[in-house]
Amino acid sequence: MYSFEPTEEQKMLVDTVARFARSNLRPASHDADEEGQLPLNLIKKGWELGVLQASTPETYGGFGEHSAVTGVLAAEEMAWGDLAGSLAIMSPGLFAIPILLAGSEEQKLEYLPSIVEGDWSPCCAAIIEPKFDYDPNGLSTIAEIDGDRIIITGEKSYVPFANEAKSMLVFASVKGQSQGFIIPNGTPGLQISERQKLLGINALPLYTVKFNDVNITSANRLGGVKGHNFSPILTSYWLATAAMALGVSKAALEYAIEYAKERDVFGMKVAQKQSVAFMLAEMATEVESIRVLTWEAAWMLDTGKEDAYKEAYLAYTGASDMAMMVTDRAVQILGGHGYIREHPVEKWMREGRCFSMLTGMTII
Amino acid sequence: MIEFEAPKPISQQSFVLKTVAENMMRPVSRYFDEHEHEIPWDYINFMHMAMKATGAGSLAPKEAPKKDAEGKERPRIGYQMLAFMLEMLSWGDVGIYLCTPGGGLGAAAVQSNGTPEQNAKFLARFSEEKPAFGAMAMTESQAGSDTSAIRTTAVLDKENNQWVLNGEKIFVTGGQKSLEEGNGLVVVWATIDPSAGRAGMRPFVVEAGAPGIKVTKLEHKLGIRASDTASLVLQDCRIPFENILGSPEVVQEKTATGFKGAMATFDATRPLIGATAVGVARATLELLKELLAQEGITIRYGLPRQKLTNIEREVIDMEMMLRSAWLLVIKAVWMADNRKSNPLEASMSKVRGGDVVTKITQRAVEIMGPLGCNQDLLLEKWFRDAKISDIYEGTGQINRLIVARNILGYSGRDLR
Repeated sequence: MYSFEPTEEQKMLVDTVARFARSNLRPASHDADEEGQLPLNLIKKGWELGVLQASTPETYGGFGEHSAVTGVLAAEEMAWGDLAGSLAIMSPGLFAIPILLAGSEEQKLEYLPSIVEGDWSPCCAAIIEPKFDYDPNGLSTIAEIDGDRIIITGEKSYVPFANEAKSMLVFASVKGQSQGFIIPNGTPGLQISERQKLLGINALPLYTVKFNDVNITSANRLGGVKGHNFSPILTSYWLATAAMALGVSKAALEYAIEYAKERDVFGMKVAQKQSVAFMLAEMATEVESIRVLTWEAAWMLDTGKEDAYKEAYLAYTGASDMAMMVTDRAVQILGGHGYIREHPVEKWMREGRCFSMLTGMTII
Repeated sequence: MIEFEAPKPISQQSFVLKTVAENMMRPVSRYFDEHEHEIPWDYINFMHMAMKATGAGSLAPKEAPKKDAEGKERPRIGYQMLAFMLEMLSWGDVGIYLCTPGGGLGAAAVQSNGTPEQNAKFLARFSEEKPAFGAMAMTESQAGSDTSAIRTTAVLDKENNQWVLNGEKIFVTGGQKSLEEGNGLVVVWATIDPSAGRAGMRPFVVEAGAPGIKVTKLEHKLGIRASDTASLVLQDCRIPFENILGSPEVVQEKTATGFKGAMATFDATRPLIGATAVGVARATLELLKELLAQEGITIRYGLPRQKLTNIEREVIDMEMMLRSAWLLVIKAVWMADNRKSNPLEASMSKVRGGDVVTKITQRAVEIMGPLGCNQDLLLEKWFRDAKISDIYEGTGQINRLIVARNILGYSGRDLR
């Protein structure tokens, strides 16, 4: 059957997240971006909504099954409130979800319960690399495997909370295949840089991390000695990115609609001008198109369809274009006011451009 | 629960229709493009037989939901079935698809506006022995998207209890076949009070053989050449009183019921036009990928854009557009099946479908270079066929206007 109706549980979760996004995240969004910092209690409160917990089975400390559909629904609502805040709140998932999807049973039992049952704690993953053609399937960071010994060399960027992270998952190439490795706290050879400054998501602390011959053992290879399949992890990165792009775009669209209905021009509202109304209609159509595509890709992943990887990739590329188009137009519709930082649209536009490089910064 | 699994009856239907598209449409695609206005009878007779046997293809999805073995009501999927059917047949050939017997837009208008008795009476002809066609006549030379500007009049002759229709209609898809090839019908929109604007608009059923209606012209078109686009002249065309659609008490009061009925027809049919657009777009993209594969070009999904070739980027972009357009169509018809109000989604799916099919066909011709324009391939034909999807059943612009009004909460007066 086809259905576009979320389950009752999903609706409840989405409502809870939406309330938090409206009452807590959005009001904090502007200052967090200006100050480059998110209040810790805000992150903790967001964590307590239980998005990751609802996606983790009881055995590992959660209270549900992993569902990409639930994940994209929640991520969109969260990102509607604030992108950097959402990335921060969901950042423990960067470490936990790949373990959930691809870890060995020992790894799941060792790492997941303490993260899922505990308070929000800075965990992270390092996958993005500082090069123009960064490709999650073609990493430059190398893991050399010699029996039980693994040596990791390379450089990562945009690693959230790297300076205070209790646990880190790094992705590196093993003979051309992207593989995950768990880096225990205090492993020598890690070199964490000064905080990075970006076009957008300023409130999220991001760092470059160098791996200088970092030594670990094969017990820390994600999935165990034989490693794992990378494609479900990448699929989940794409889906999360698409969902967050949807949230930011929805926010920008709604703001532009409200503004256009208020703003007087030539004795009418600017929304009553077809040139503006048509822009809004196209933005809304774009958002709805990408939303159903993202939902289908998530459903495919949940139901084990082979095409999930490709469909999620399509959703992600479409979402990146959508976010740029919609946020750019939102600024345009506000005109000069859109360019002023008092209104949130310029921030959304800066974030809108970032989605094309965000693969690896959030996962569902 | 959100899910995207095609129900079994749909998969079975698609399997059958694919063979129809491959064997009865594609082989004659070019022929009927080159022989404009020649009627594809082989296809028509086959479809009539097949649809009569299975009951498929009616624009009137069954009112009473079917029950499963345990007596539980099955979800309605009539409009979804129809969207899949139209997509597949348009993948075969959209011009030939438009010649499908069974009522088409005319039946849709009867469905949306008629009483149950009228539905039964007027739609019965489509399951009779011989194929019959249906059409809707709305457009006039001075009234396209602005439907309330129509001038065709309907005057009640009380003595004979008949309506007398006068005026001229253009761009009637299938108008010739509906009136001259078998026992078809045309739903003609006319005004019972020219000064009343949309409040005077009413739909009338003019059956084949009615006195005073004549096909005066068949248009020569950019594409969909197998389908006839007729001009109709109504000169003192007399039809029975009961042929005004809707209950007689309501239909004679000067309210906007008639206009609203026209719009309700469009809510049902717009996603279906979206489906035909997606069919043409899919045909194009599949052929393009096949031709590129023959040239040794593979599409590497999953790479960042910076690593893609231009052709890969184009194809991936087309796939994204195509899939999202199709899913919007499915959402709109799913809403119709579930009796959810869908004017926003219907118009969105039409906007997206029209955009996507024009872009995909235009780019495919470009990508194939000198081969793209050549009639050896069907790409140039699909490029011509595609454009109509962005025009009929409301242009892309009218549908943007409807989307805008819906998201802004504006009436037609607020946003003109």
